[in-house]
Amino acid sequence: MATRANRAPTEYSGRARPPHAVVGSQVERDEEMFGKAFNGHVVRRFSGFVKPYRALLIVAILAVLGFTATQLAIPLVIRYAVDNALEINNTDRSLLETTVIVLALVVLFNYLTNFIQEIVVGRTAERVLFDLRRAMYTHLQRVALSFMDRTEVGRLMSRLQGDVGALQEFLETSVFAIGDFVLIVGIAMVLIAVDWRLGLLTMSVVPALLLIRIVWLPRAKIAFMGARESSSRLNGALAEGINGVRTVQGMSREEVNAALFEEKVDANLKAQLKGTRYGQIMIPTVDTLTGIAMAIIIVVGGSFVLDRTLEVGVLLLFILYVQRFFDPIRALTMQYSIMQRAMASGQRIFEVLDVPIEVQDKPDAIKLENIDGSVEFKNVTFGYNRDQPVLQDVSFRVNPGETVALVGPTGSGKSTTMSLVHRFYEVWDGEVLIGGHNVKDVTQESLGHQIAMVLQEPYLFSGTILENIRYRREDATREEVVEAARAVGAHEFIMKLPDGYETSLEQRGGNLSLGQRQLISFARAIVADAKILVLDEATANIDSYTEMLIQQALSRLLQDRTGMVIAHRLATIRGADRIVVLQDGRIIEEGNHDQLMQNDGLYARLYSMNYASFDDIPDELIKAALSDAENRTT
Amino acid sequence: MAFAYRWRMALAIVSTIIAAVFILLIPQLLGNAIDDALNFLSGETASKSEAQRQLLIAALLLFGANVLRGIFTMVHNYMGESIGQHIGYELRMAFYRKLQRMSYSYHNHVHTGDLMTRGMLDIEGVRLFVNTALLRVLLLAILIGGGTYLVVRTDLVLGLVSLSFVPIVAWRAISTRLKLHSGWRNLQEKLSILTRVMDENLSGIRVVRAFAGQDYELRKFNKISDEAQALANGLIGIRVRNTSFMSFTFMLAVVAVVWLGGLKVIDGELTVGDLTEFLAFMFILQMPVRQLGMMVNGFARSQTSGTRLFEILDLDPIIKDKPDAKPLKVEVGVLRFEHVGFSFMDEFGDEQILRDISFEARPGHTVGIVGPPGSGKSTLAHLVPRFYDVTAGRITIDGHDIRDVQLESLRRAVGVVQQDTFMFTSSIENNVAYGDPWAETETIHRATTEAQLHDWVRRLPREYETLVGERGVSLSGGQRQRLSIARSLMLNPKIIIFDDSTAAIDAATEQRIRAALKEITKERAVIIISHRLSSLMHANEILFLDGGQIVERGSHEELIAMGGGYHDLYELQIRPGDDVLSRLTGHGEAGPAADPDARPEKNSEGGNGDQS
Repeated sequence: MATRANRAPTEYSGRARPPHAVVGSQVERDEEMFGKAFNGHVVRRFSGFVKPYRALLIVAILAVLGFTATQLAIPLVIRYAVDNALEINNTDRSLLETTVIVLALVVLFNYLTNFIQEIVVGRTAERVLFDLRRAMYTHLQRVALSFMDRTEVGRLMSRLQGDVGALQEFLETSVFAIGDFVLIVGIAMVLIAVDWRLGLLTMSVVPALLLIRIVWLPRAKIAFMGARESSSRLNGALAEGINGVRTVQGMSREEVNAALFEEKVDANLKAQLKGTRYGQIMIPTVDTLTGIAMAIIIVVGGSFVLDRTLEVGVLLLFILYVQRFFDPIRALTMQYSIMQRAMASGQRIFEVLDVPIEVQDKPDAIKLENIDGSVEFKNVTFGYNRDQPVLQDVSFRVNPGETVALVGPTGSGKSTTMSLVHRFYEVWDGEVLIGGHNVKDVTQESLGHQIAMVLQEPYLFSGTILENIRYRREDATREEVVEAARAVGAHEFIMKLPDGYETSLEQRGGNLSLGQRQLISFARAIVADAKILVLDEATANIDSYTEMLIQQALSRLLQDRTGMVIAHRLATIRGADRIVVLQDGRIIEEGNHDQLMQNDGLYARLYSMNYASFDDIPDELIKAALSDAENRTT
Repeated sequence: MAFAYRWRMALAIVSTIIAAVFILLIPQLLGNAIDDALNFLSGETASKSEAQRQLLIAALLLFGANVLRGIFTMVHNYMGESIGQHIGYELRMAFYRKLQRMSYSYHNHVHTGDLMTRGMLDIEGVRLFVNTALLRVLLLAILIGGGTYLVVRTDLVLGLVSLSFVPIVAWRAISTRLKLHSGWRNLQEKLSILTRVMDENLSGIRVVRAFAGQDYELRKFNKISDEAQALANGLIGIRVRNTSFMSFTFMLAVVAVVWLGGLKVIDGELTVGDLTEFLAFMFILQMPVRQLGMMVNGFARSQTSGTRLFEILDLDPIIKDKPDAKPLKVEVGVLRFEHVGFSFMDEFGDEQILRDISFEARPGHTVGIVGPPGSGKSTLAHLVPRFYDVTAGRITIDGHDIRDVQLESLRRAVGVVQQDTFMFTSSIENNVAYGDPWAETETIHRATTEAQLHDWVRRLPREYETLVGERGVSLSGGQRQRLSIARSLMLNPKIIIFDDSTAAIDAATEQRIRAALKEITKERAVIIISHRLSSLMHANEILFLDGGQIVERGSHEELIAMGGGYHDLYELQIRPGDDVLSRLTGHGEAGPAADPDARPEKNSEGGNGDQS
């Protein structure tokens, strides 16, 4: 490993402009690392998660207080021993023995309370962390898809993983902070009670420490924040390097990337060390103050002792206390940053938890069973944003067993229509009927069992092929799975894989071709055994062989089922019983292929352009076709 | 690895020792001060002013010792952190470089999430170990060692009593470390499964919803989450039992010192000042002993991390330069496959992909490769830039075996336009110029013009500065592929391989791209792999692959005349599965007859494709 620093920047020197090269150029996440130290909403919501553990937390706080009390008591007992049992010329051992027994009891109590506080606080905070994560994950299973659509997965993951940790830390340190606070007050009270003159003098250094902390904190916070940011930038670059590794190798960018990555690593190193410097500077500062306090105790306390106005044990007591006086102050000032971080994280977490669940079962929702498989849209109007309807007054009916193709240019509302059948969203107006029942009146679970969906991008999970095909029905037998795979023509290639149906899929099914993944997702839909099949056909990228298999599979899928297909393949479109043409959220034409061709409307015009899919047609051509069609009708 | 930081390490050790000396000096000074006071009270020091003078000296020494202790502790901590960070630096670079060089076959089998956890958390784990554990153990050892000497010198029996906790604490530290180590490993594995479950669920949320799979997904999540929580709770239990017991042992030693020391004071064998010294010494040790518990935990954790990290750093890329490899100098640019065979030989089995492939591509000569899925077309493309190495035969460029030349020069000479290319979150310009960061704007524009991307880019609000990805414009499949073509053209490769890289581009645009590349392809060897015949039917030679072998070869006309698999494919594309759907569902009243000039579907622009 060569030395660094002399490599990366010099490579570009002498050039007129910077290179077109970056690694991990992700725009900074605009997420606050630190928020206000106190956010009422976050604290209220968070306390809801802590509530189930109230009893445990009370135990923990009692243990913390007990532990703090023993910490205070131990020097006091020792002082008592020195001043009374070990008085000069005292030869009686019984007092010493009593004191030692008391001390032993205190130590035992110290052990017990220490154990209880650590284990209860540690485990409770861990539980709250898992609870928070579970609540968020559960919530994400039910929130509106429109929220999921506009939120990137990485962002949600960082909430599920990083932000919950900040709240865990907050809970943990808060409980101990109570102990720290009590300890400071306790030490101060004991010192003043034992000898108020010396006590006040000793504590005169505390304001100095507080003052230093106040000056130090904002600067240190910037340094700490810089360190965190630089490491998140670094991780972004690493992620990019891993995800794009094939392109990197294909373009021979390894050297350039390594140099650019090194710049980031170097920036991170410097930022981290800057943070360390800010953190470490407090050590000699606190030690100097401790030194001053000790010197005061020795000189002033010592002369009191010489004047015989103070006992030696008290001097010892002061010395023992002063050494542990500053640690809790340090911990408490750090608590401030922890709180700020927790509030920022909490805000992000509760933002997710506060996303309303729009689609919910009615209390009297019925279970959808034994339906005829018809689908009907009655005057449906719907949009994702207020004032921007995507579908307007859409009405059509698909009879049981019928196949209807939805066609139309990009953005005409085809996918939205599909989503409404499954009640992914709530319609604004009108109603969607499945087997004659309004989707709002039935349970989502039973609705899901009547409808099988195949999405354009086949998404497969880690696990075996078998597990993926029976995703919806875990109780499906192997025979059913094989039968489904045969029906869609996937059996043959599955059997060619090293472990057949037991073959583990790589990430996102990476060891299969797109066409193969598509076939597996068809098989998955067959095993689901639903009355209604909703299918968003893949646009392109499939070779002719798989294409043929897919066409055949599709016909099997649609046998005895009601089918709604967003069709891209002209073969599929022409084979449908009926074609519904959408444009700007309205149905503009309906009929079978021949009828529509005779109609000579938008469909006929788009069809004649001979594009692979209506989605591919450039906007200009669509506009031209539209005005063309309009001119003809008017 | 810390070897490279000798002076830092030396400074760290020296400051650790000095800090320890001052830490040990403080109880001594305190003891002396107490004795000074007591000496006066017991009448040993006659004059009060002399006693006061002694106290003042003691106070000044104490102050000085505290300040120096603070400074050297700071240096000790900072140096530890600095070494840790520098080691982290090297580890990060080594990790990054290693991953960039690992071959395709490796990346195919590892989960990116797993690599990320190793690159982030495990590097941190190893780094933390150096600055916290190593130097702190050293500090603790010096404190105990030096303390032993000092207290034993003062009073042998009491000294041994005050150190009685050391063996017990050491024993606990060693025994729990093993338990913690396996605990951490299990937890880390569980957490990475949990991450994967969450990530897949959120990425595939539409599938989850479409199949009403929420309950199943929740069960899956809860199971893993509960298991992880149980492991985490178990670890907390082990850790807390350990730390609290260590503290307890230590506190018992304090009790023993008070008791035995007290007896000695009563018997006049020890001064109160000496006892103070013992106690002050022990209180100084209190914090390190508490930290020792945490260090044991941290040590176990970083050991786990280290194992996981070095698993990767110790990997050897299968594909790398031979020691005597020379840069490839392309004179003519003739690519030859000589009886090439390829099979994946790894833990996933021995799968024969290609057998006995021989052909030649010369400048101005285009080879088309076609075949059913799984026939090995893409693998063949990946062999040329050595993403995989052949397992039989050889591939040469101008007569040089590609395994004998430097990898970088080879990959510069060969441009593979990939099927699915990675878009970096950056500007369009940076994405196009990915392989040639120093490219001039004109070169970039020429490449995008040839790839038929330029006009589209010019219509974007920020043109070439427009960001690609979540925060910027999202590219359709066809646009991505055009960008990928432009990206490869930037490198000006001598051999161009289109790996099914036009599938998402509509036929008309593809025609325009091909026309624009006419000049370029005149001087270059071109291989076109496609399942769309219109993309390659103009090739000088077409290889029809099936089951990893060339089963038919020749020009388009020859192959059609042959009436084999190629011919069938052609038929399939020209007269597509058309009304397969209608035939099979029986709803097909609109059969081919109703539409005599059967419209060729998307893969088969054969007829009108060549006109542009």
